[in-house]
Amino acid sequence: MATSAADTNRLTSSKSKFSSWTWVSWLKVLVFVLSLLPAASIVHAVVTGVSGPNPIEFITHSTGEWGLRFLLLGLVLSPMRWSFKSVTPIKFRRMIGLFAFFYVVAHFATYLVLDQQLDLAAVAEDIFKRTYIIAGFVSLVVLVPLAITSTKGMQRRLGRRWLSLHKLVYVASIAAVLHYVWLAKGDQIEPLVYAAVLVVLLGMRVVRKFKKR
Amino acid sequence: MQDWMKLAGIRSSDITDEAVFRQRRTLLQAAAAAGMTGAIATDSFAMTEKLSMDVAETQYKAEGEITSEETATSYNNFYELGTDKGDPLKNAKFLKTDPWSVTVDGECDAPGTFTLEDILKPHAIEERVYRLRCVEAWSMVIPWNGFPLADLLKRFKPNSKAKYVAFETVSSQKLPGMRSRVLDWPYREGLRIDEAMHPLSFMAIGMYGNVIPNQNGAPMRLVLPWKYGFKSIKSIVKISFTEEQPQTSWNMSAPHEYGFFSNVNPNVSHPRWSQAKERKLVGDAGGLSALFASKTETAYLNGYAEEVGNLYADMDLKKFF
Repeated sequence: MATSAADTNRLTSSKSKFSSWTWVSWLKVLVFVLSLLPAASIVHAVVTGVSGPNPIEFITHSTGEWGLRFLLLGLVLSPMRWSFKSVTPIKFRRMIGLFAFFYVVAHFATYLVLDQQLDLAAVAEDIFKRTYIIAGFVSLVVLVPLAITSTKGMQRRLGRRWLSLHKLVYVASIAAVLHYVWLAKGDQIEPLVYAAVLVVLLGMRVVRKFKKR
Repeated sequence: MQDWMKLAGIRSSDITDEAVFRQRRTLLQAAAAAGMTGAIATDSFAMTEKLSMDVAETQYKAEGEITSEETATSYNNFYELGTDKGDPLKNAKFLKTDPWSVTVDGECDAPGTFTLEDILKPHAIEERVYRLRCVEAWSMVIPWNGFPLADLLKRFKPNSKAKYVAFETVSSQKLPGMRSRVLDWPYREGLRIDEAMHPLSFMAIGMYGNVIPNQNGAPMRLVLPWKYGFKSIKSIVKISFTEEQPQTSWNMSAPHEYGFFSNVNPNVSHPRWSQAKERKLVGDAGGLSALFASKTETAYLNGYAEEVGNLYADMDLKKFF
């Protein structure tokens, strides 16, 4: 079976191999482009001024929200695999996960560079004192090893341990949702919607585990 | 000149329309690009309704650059009209300010229900350029038009039991943001009577020489420049003189985060963020340049310590935040 990474390599190495592209390869290109659209629209809104008088707040909120959306999207793929009885959704897991990492890093970089203006004392105070920042930071830190070990090579090298390691995505997702729930002012509905989606996605895994026994 | 009903009626059809707003924005940008100055920009703002009465200058002039009218009227916290900063402008049309009446009750000798016209009639309108510091750590500098709150409150003859004044925002209208229970409606605020009677406390009915737009709290709102912005309650329909300290919305929502006083104080952090610095949304605050503008240190009582510092002289401000 043609694998995705190999497909991508062929794209760069030889045009004649295009014929071997499966629909999954084309879908991957589409998903890749779609996943970049939020970033493009954020940049566009800031450059044109549509983002309003406080663009730093706008970038912080929108990158954070997209990071969370991609994290949850990544958790939809396994349930899709079970219900469609097809491994195809899993072929998108790496890309979706890396886009989650991309938006989360952009979110943190915005906070660090534009919002706090590299005032490391203020950042340290935030990270040690403020629960919602701790949660956000935990999510970011946990995602780093997952991004680093996302390559085919690392997957092969780590073998069984790779799967256990990548279970950390649950920790990252829970921490990210808590980050959002705890930072919202008043009793806002959006963070709770994300929390509900996460509970359903994790619940499906628990139910499946029990059924298997 | 003082036909307030008419004034309010005219206003509901102008600034609230987003298409018009965008068009005006484009006009402004075009004017700026062509290197034209204030006169043109003022012209393109003509769609806002000019205040119909004379506005007297005062000595209250916060130094520094003034926030653009566009920024101050498009970036708002007014949760009855939605929780995003752009929502209040978008949903401004849902707030009906004509007719408008204000009920005054509690510990006073001249209570009653008054039309907006009754409320405003005796007051001469003045301009005050005040700093506004939001609890979210951004700030603006805004020219407000209105009159001292004390002048209004004295008309209702508060009695000796009136230790506090409570205010309520309109809640009888079905405003889009009120569908969510983000706060316990109606929005409530309150002041100690000496705070309310302080000369800095201001009731605004306009800003930038124009009738105050709905998203900024039409037809009348408080402006308390030494307190975090949420204390400056918008679209007031009720004023009550009380003996006990009244309930206030954000304090009810999160008592350990928002105190009754909520004075601007860089030394007392909000539990979830520092209050030491602020991001000034002044001048032409949007666009790329705003990305790298540095933050400013926040001043105790937002720089109004000389005026109002004595109100809190013997209080533990970490306890009474």
